[in-house]
Amino acid sequence: MLKRLASTALVALMTLTLLPAGGSAQAPIKIGVIEPLSGPVAASGNYIRMGAEIARDWINARGGVNGRKVELVIEDNKSDPKEAASAAEKLIVRDKVPAIMGAWGSSMTLAAMPKLEEYGVPMVVETSSAASITKRGNPWVFRISPPSEMEALGLEQYVDRLGVKKADFLAVNTDWGRGSIQAFGDMLKKKGVQIGAAEFMEQAATDMNAQITKIKATGGDTLFLTTAVEQITLVLKQGQEQRLTRKIVTTGGSSSPTQLIKQAGAAAEGSYHIVFFMPWFPEAMPDAKLAKAFVDEWNKRGHPFEGLTEGFRGHDGIATIVEAIKTAGKDEPKAIQEALWKVSFTGVNGPIKFEKDGPAGKESGQSKPSIFVVQVRDGKVGLPDFMKK
Amino acid sequence: MDQLLQHLVNGLVLGGTYALLGIGLTLIFGLMSVVNFAHGEFYTLGAYAAFATLALAGLPFFAALLVAIAAGALLGAICERLLLRPLRGHSIDTIMLVMIGVWIAMQNAELLTWGGVARSIPHPFPTAPLTLGPLSIAPLRLFVVVTAAVIIALAWLGIHTTRLGTAMRATFQDRDTAALMGVPIGRIHTITFAFGSALAAAAGALLGPVFLAYPSMGDLASLKAFSVVILGGLGNLAGATLGGLLLGVAEELGAGYVSSGYRDAVGFVAIILVLMFRPAGLFARAERIG
Repeated sequence: MLKRLASTALVALMTLTLLPAGGSAQAPIKIGVIEPLSGPVAASGNYIRMGAEIARDWINARGGVNGRKVELVIEDNKSDPKEAASAAEKLIVRDKVPAIMGAWGSSMTLAAMPKLEEYGVPMVVETSSAASITKRGNPWVFRISPPSEMEALGLEQYVDRLGVKKADFLAVNTDWGRGSIQAFGDMLKKKGVQIGAAEFMEQAATDMNAQITKIKATGGDTLFLTTAVEQITLVLKQGQEQRLTRKIVTTGGSSSPTQLIKQAGAAAEGSYHIVFFMPWFPEAMPDAKLAKAFVDEWNKRGHPFEGLTEGFRGHDGIATIVEAIKTAGKDEPKAIQEALWKVSFTGVNGPIKFEKDGPAGKESGQSKPSIFVVQVRDGKVGLPDFMKK
Repeated sequence: MDQLLQHLVNGLVLGGTYALLGIGLTLIFGLMSVVNFAHGEFYTLGAYAAFATLALAGLPFFAALLVAIAAGALLGAICERLLLRPLRGHSIDTIMLVMIGVWIAMQNAELLTWGGVARSIPHPFPTAPLTLGPLSIAPLRLFVVVTAAVIIALAWLGIHTTRLGTAMRATFQDRDTAALMGVPIGRIHTITFAFGSALAAAAGALLGPVFLAYPSMGDLASLKAFSVVILGGLGNLAGATLGGLLLGVAEELGAGYVSSGYRDAVGFVAIILVLMFRPAGLFARAERIG
């Protein structure tokens, strides 16, 4: 009996010491992060985590937010929509985070979104580009990455100078890929460009020869490619094997041209890439000083250079949430959601400020990010001729 | 027509590698009744072994293939001795669960060792394709298919002409009788598992340079290997070879003429049909294990 009492007391004591000192200034502010840290797009997710950690460390070095340190609670969605939904639930229910950043892929973000509405927790979407994300009437979603439409409009001014007459599409078979073909197809049709084949590939597929053979037969001049960098590498290599002579334009900003040069070699030569960060020439970014500092910090930590085109998203996402917490003055979900509408600052990508998007009364937030086009030339990343001043 | 020929060539090249994957799996199942969920991980192991020898140590391509085969065989043997032998006689479900554990452990070990970033494996072949009229094929792929064919032929010869192969076939036909005739069943099991794993590793070393090496690459490989084995009939070596070629061509034609979004679906529809109408596999009549 005594033994039992003693153990009960011990358990009670341990629980008490382990309990966070609720409300005290010492307790850190938790921010949830959902990224693909394993699975086919693990590399991208890990780069975003690295970027988010830089943002966290910078903020904490400046004394945190409202006098409290920032702590990231990072969950792996395993590149799988089902896992993304359960990761969101776990972060909200068990870790009690007041805001989340995630979930990289559009399918993963869409899967996590109902949980945000169910529990009333805001999420800053850092990468996903499917249009539907901000059109579903989910007022807890704030996106800092461009939807495919915005990206297509950003490219519109260059279509003539790129010399696109007949375009083919090859995209990953997800919400992102399908949305991208739709958006770029609409924009190109409006410009009078003919559309050839629109082909899909599974996220984990490694052999794209069937699609390439089909695309080859259309006689187009430009291939729009939408997928993660691993698959872009394979398509470039297999396209070269089949002598597919096309201008290649990758969309979505997850193409990491530096990694492509390293892994696809000559097959990457001449390809164009839509990116949202140009770590090769940070001086050309909207906030050159911040961009330069970010690149330097990234290198100092020994992170791979090719990850920078993804990594900045992590920084900007966390910085956005922290800005909102600062404005709200407390780490409470509803207050952060309201404060997100007031956020206005310049991240690594450029100015971040949310505008209303989606059905009236239940709008999601959409920022209007900066969009750039780079080209692989002589084994290096450079500005295409039409972008040079 | 040109397109059809190109699709057929692509399909056969792809199918050759599916066959290599399927053979190892079908041998292990047929002989040991082990449903080897970790098969795809030996494929990944082979790819990373090739990456280590080619990119890090700078050795020639054939050395990389040999290193991969050795690594696959060694780890396969260890796996059999440490995990499967103590469980011999246990139900197939228990063994299945253990193999799922091996699969998860190996994949995470790969993630830990190599990181999540996909690795490109250098190879000595020119990237310009060989062309014949409208057809083109990369020299590397041609090499892969030829090597796969040679390995398959060697495996077949090994099982049919050597003393060890005879012992393996005897064990497959009737374990108890074989044991009574003095066949060391335990050793045969170790060798079979090592042999099957080495074949998967060889496939990984061959395909790694064609594609990319990354920790989850084995998942798709496992799926394809199981498909091939089901198509060809469990434990049927010739069936696995033909099943592999068939699956490769079916997928390629499906992607080319139906819809590339349904590429994998075409393969699985074929498997569902086979299971409905010829549940023992397409080539069930053929002699098993060889």
